[in-house]
Amino acid sequence: MNFIALKMLIGDRAKYLGIVMGLTFASLLMTQQAAIFVGLMSRTFGFLTDTSLPDIWVMDEKVQFVDDVKPLQDTQLFRVRGVEGVEWAVPLYKGLLQARLDNGSFQSCNVIGLDDATLIGGPPIMVKGALADLRRSDGVIVDEVNANDKLAKVLPDGRRVPLQIGDALELNDHRAVVVGICRVTRSFQSQPSVYTTYSRATIFAPRERKLLSFILVKAKPGESLAALCGRIRKATGLTAYTREQFVQLTLDYFMKRTGIPINIATSVLLGFVIGTAIAGQTFYNFTLDNLRYFGTLKAMGAANSRLLLMIVLQALVVGAIGYGLGVGAASLFGAVTQNSEVAFRLPWQILALTAGAVLLICAGSALASIWKVIRLEPAIVFRS
Amino acid sequence: MNKSIQNGMAVKCTGLRKTFGEGAAAVQALRGIDLEVRPGELMMLVGPSGCGKTTLISLIAGILDQTEGECVVFGHDYRQMSQSDKTRYRGENIGFVFQAYNLIPTLTAAENASVPLLVRGENRRKANDRAREVLQQVGFNERMMRSVPTELSGGQQQRVAIARALVHNPRLIVCDEPTAALDHETGHTIMALLRSVALHDGRALVVVTHDARIFEFADRIAKMDDGHVERVVHSAAELNGHQK
Repeated sequence: MNFIALKMLIGDRAKYLGIVMGLTFASLLMTQQAAIFVGLMSRTFGFLTDTSLPDIWVMDEKVQFVDDVKPLQDTQLFRVRGVEGVEWAVPLYKGLLQARLDNGSFQSCNVIGLDDATLIGGPPIMVKGALADLRRSDGVIVDEVNANDKLAKVLPDGRRVPLQIGDALELNDHRAVVVGICRVTRSFQSQPSVYTTYSRATIFAPRERKLLSFILVKAKPGESLAALCGRIRKATGLTAYTREQFVQLTLDYFMKRTGIPINIATSVLLGFVIGTAIAGQTFYNFTLDNLRYFGTLKAMGAANSRLLLMIVLQALVVGAIGYGLGVGAASLFGAVTQNSEVAFRLPWQILALTAGAVLLICAGSALASIWKVIRLEPAIVFRS
Repeated sequence: MNKSIQNGMAVKCTGLRKTFGEGAAAVQALRGIDLEVRPGELMMLVGPSGCGKTTLISLIAGILDQTEGECVVFGHDYRQMSQSDKTRYRGENIGFVFQAYNLIPTLTAAENASVPLLVRGENRRKANDRAREVLQQVGFNERMMRSVPTELSGGQQQRVAIARALVHNPRLIVCDEPTAALDHETGHTIMALLRSVALHDGRALVVVTHDARIFEFADRIAKMDDGHVERVVHSAAELNGHQK
């Protein structure tokens, strides 16, 4: 009977393709949009992921997310170092500065100033040069993607030449020399990341009374991070988060204070609704077209449960095919856009959720058909 | 043992009534049918449209439930059977030939003919082999067995339907207007085939028709009108004689 179910399904090529295309579209849209959402959200805290060494980030209590810098007094660094349980604490500058390009245009850059002595907080991967080269005069390290793109030199004939070690930049009217190229997580706003020393960053930055952005802290071995955060808060009046907490804070901000989640959720919902409409309608029509044959099978002794299983099998087969094609297409999209501006990250949870959604669509489609077939009077077969 | 078996009846209907709907909208399709069909007999039910022929064979086949009366098929009283028992009984003992053939369009002739066996849970290969055997009996060659219904003529499709009705060795075959969609010559051939292939081993055939051209194939003809069996005759001539 399974054989009959599948032959009935695949034999009606137009409807079969219609159902599969509907489910493929739904899978593709739901997976792709969700993956773009996760990719975008990952970029919001990409800097935190790249800066994996410190256990605790100390900042002004009003900071809402990682790019929302509220400068601190330099003296706060020494107060944090004095808290019991702190192994080390180093300063970090983070700010947006304008880079003047060869052609006279300006590009906003995310400048990160690392502790001069330890260079803690540096990029996770060096592609060219070494982190220690930051100690050279006017040294900066630029991220690979933007060295080839936004910060690339534009020749008079329009050709772009990637920024290389030894090339000079102008950061906020200050000379900077590229001493290394690194690989970092793309930022949410896709600005170039420029690493330098803390002291150099404070020179590059506009003159302000306070320039310290964050204090990076390492806990002593065996120290409870939660307790240490509490002590730092008490001692300094500043807020202290573990990396995970700061990631969550950043995520919460973008989830609750921006339109990103609702826009993406709308697209995902649209994919679900359209997929349900197309697949559900076509599947139901398929059942209606074959009602006479279901009636014939009933007349010939097929129990309702058997017919129900046939319909469930048909729904599962198209569901599996549509899901596979849709997720495959989304993965292909991710592979093709891997090194582009498109934020795309496909964790297994998205695949599982999409599978659940497709199952729901199939169940809904099958239910309407099952109801029709179960209530079918076998006597229908005697009508011409 | 049931009386109908003792009397050798394949089908025995007594006071059979069927009403559709309720109250003012109720329609009495059958108004007390008394009918017997013997094993090895081809009984034709004839009458004008709406006289209750199709309702009667639906009741005989266990597809519909009667409102009143008794319908016993080879000793089995449908009133004493649950729906699932009736479904199972139908699958094992009754074959169907429909006016519109009702062949599944995406299955080949052999696959269509094997459906009753597949419904019973038979192995696909065995069901296919048996279907081929029966299709050969109705005059199909290998190429025709591999054809889908759209590649076959009306007569060929009805042959497939007949093979499907026979493949599981049912005791009763119910045919609803088997020649209505066929020309006279093809209809004649189909009825000859039905008589020659189907009427064996005590099998009974009940054929609903209004096609007077095939009355000659009947052993007996039950004339129906307005939900009643008016009379049962042994030939078309008797039927026509009465009508005069």
